[in-house]
Amino acid sequence: MKPVRKATLNAAAALAAFALVGAGCSRSAEPEKTVIQNTGSDTMVNLAQAWAEQYAKVDPAVSVEVSGGGSGTGIAALINGTVDVANASRSMEPQEIEAARKNAGKTPREFLVGFDALAVYVHKDNPLNEITFGQLAEIYGEGGNITKWSQLGVKMPAGADEIIRVSRQSNSGTYFYFRETVLGKGRDFKLGSRDMQGSKDVVELVSKTPGAIGYSGMGYATPEVKMLKVARAKGDTAYAPTVENALAHTYPIARPLFMYTLGEPAGAVKKYIDWVHSGAGQKIVAASGYVPLPKKQN
Amino acid sequence: MIDEEVLPQPVSRRPRRRYWHTAGEAVIEAVIRLCGISAIVFVFAIFFFVFREGAGALSGAHFSVREFFTSIEWYPTSESRVRYGALALIAGTGAVTGLAMAIAVPFGIGAAVFISEFCGPRLKEPLKVIVEMLAAIPSVVWGFIGLSVMNPVIMDIFGAPIGLTVLNGGIIVALMSVPIIVSISEDALKAVPDTYREAAIALGATRWQIVRRVLMPAARNGLLAAALLGVGRAVGETMAVLMATGHAVKLPTGPLDSARTLTATIAAELGEAPLNSEHYRVLFLIGVLLFSITFAVNLAADLVVRGVRSR
Repeated sequence: MKPVRKATLNAAAALAAFALVGAGCSRSAEPEKTVIQNTGSDTMVNLAQAWAEQYAKVDPAVSVEVSGGGSGTGIAALINGTVDVANASRSMEPQEIEAARKNAGKTPREFLVGFDALAVYVHKDNPLNEITFGQLAEIYGEGGNITKWSQLGVKMPAGADEIIRVSRQSNSGTYFYFRETVLGKGRDFKLGSRDMQGSKDVVELVSKTPGAIGYSGMGYATPEVKMLKVARAKGDTAYAPTVENALAHTYPIARPLFMYTLGEPAGAVKKYIDWVHSGAGQKIVAASGYVPLPKKQN
Repeated sequence: MIDEEVLPQPVSRRPRRRYWHTAGEAVIEAVIRLCGISAIVFVFAIFFFVFREGAGALSGAHFSVREFFTSIEWYPTSESRVRYGALALIAGTGAVTGLAMAIAVPFGIGAAVFISEFCGPRLKEPLKVIVEMLAAIPSVVWGFIGLSVMNPVIMDIFGAPIGLTVLNGGIIVALMSVPIIVSISEDALKAVPDTYREAAIALGATRWQIVRRVLMPAARNGLLAAALLGVGRAVGETMAVLMATGHAVKLPTGPLDSARTLTATIAAELGEAPLNSEHYRVLFLIGVLLFSITFAVNLAADLVVRGVRSR
C-alpha cells in the first residue's frame, strides 16, 4: 500500500501545485489504473508487498494494494467480496469455503505461491542451538513441564532462567500451524505466553529479551536473534530453517502459502497471479526470505 | 431587515417580528434539543447493539457464565475444547487499573493542589496547558513508549526477565489518566470559597495545614469524582495496554508479571473472529462487561459531583 499511497500523495501534491500556480496548459488525465485489492496473512505481507512493488514496474496500469491483518481477516474479506485476492498461510476451512459459496455464489480457487519455514527464535546470546518437537511441545503445550532454560541443559545468566514464551494471537495462521504441527492435533497452548499481533513483533520481542523463545516466519530473522535447528524427534538430525532444507522436506516446520480468489480469476488478477508463479515472481519469494515453489511447478 | 426592526413601528407599539424570525427560532431550538437528546440516543443505541451481539453467547454451546467469571482458561480457538474463562482478563484489567490509580491519584491530586494553591500565576497557566497536553498524546504513541522505551528500562532496573508487565502498563495508563484527574481536582479546589482560605490564614494555619485540613475535606467529593473518572479512563484504555502489558493470559502475581486486559483482548481478537461465531459473541459479552464497569464508575462519579453541587 505504501508506494501506491505515496504515488497518490505525489499526484495530489502535483495537482495542488498546479492549481496554485494556475498553469494554463491543459493536461490529459492519467489513464485509469486497475486496482487489485490484496489482503490477508501477516506472514505473507512483506512478500505480497514486494510482489506488488515489483509488479508496478511490470505492468504500470495495474496497482496492487496490499494489507495484512491475518489469514482469517483476508479470507473473511474474500468471503465478503471486499478483496480480489486473499493471502493465507493456511488452507481455507471447509466452512469458510461453504460461506464463500453461499455469500458470493462462487467457489474460492486456491493457488500455491510458495512456502514458509517457521523458525524457532531465541535471543542471540542464548547458547542453545538445537531443539526437538518434544521439547517445543513441553515448552508451549498445555500441561507441558518445561518452564526453565536449565531443564534444556542451558545455563542462562542469573534471573533469566525462566523461559519467556512468545506466541501469536489466537486467530493467526501461524498460531494454528504451529499448534497443529508442533503441539500435535488437539493440544492447546499453555496459558501465559506473550501473544504478539504480528510476525515481526515476535522477532522484535525475542531480540530484546534474553530469556525468550518465539516462533515466526524465517523471513523475519534479524542479526539480533538466533534461529534454532529443529529435529522431529529426540535423536533425529536437527535441521536449520533454510530454503534447501524446506524444499527437501527435512526441515519439519515448513508450510505452504496460498493466494485465494473467488472463482476462476480473470483479466488483471489472472495476469498478476500468473506473474507471481513466473520465474520473476518466484525470485522475489526467495529474496524475501521465503521458499519458492520447486522448479517443475513453474 | 434589521433596520426595519429598529425603526419605530407606527401601527403597533410592540416591535413586530418577521414570521421567519420566530420560525427560525423554533428550528434552532429543535436542532439544539436534538443535539442534547442525541447523546442519550447514542448511549442507548450502543448499549443495545453491544448487548444484542453479546446476548447470543449466553446460550452458546461452549459458554457458561460460571466459567466466564471463575476460570482463567481462555481458549477461544481450541480444536479440542473451547473455553471462555475471562477471570485472568478481568484480573489483568483490575491489576493495571489498580496500579495506574495508585500512581495517578496521588500524583494528579498533588499536581492539582500545586497548580491551584502553591504556584504563582506565571507558572500556573503554562503548567495547566502542559498537563492537558498529556491528554493529547495518542494512545498508540503511549503504547509505543511502553514497548520500546519502558520495556528495557524495567528490565534494567528490576532485573525482570521481560519488561512488558503490569507495571509498564500501569505507569503508561497512569500518565494517560493524570490530565483528567488534575483538571477535575483543580476545578474542585477552585470551587472552595476563598473565605475558607482567608479564615484559615486568620487562624494562623500554615499552607500545608490549609490544604490538609481545610481544602481537602471541603473539596472531598470533587477529588473523589476526579479519581473515579480516572478509573473509567484506565479501564477503557486499549491500545497502550495491549502493547505494554505483554498480552499474556495469566493471573498477574505481581507488578513485574505480564497480564492481559479485557479491552486488549477485544482489540486483538475481534478482527479475526468469524462474524456471528460464538467467539465473536463472547467478545461482545466482554464489551458488555466493560460497558457496565465504566458505566457504574462514571455514574458513581456523577453522583458524587452532584453531591458537591447540591451543597
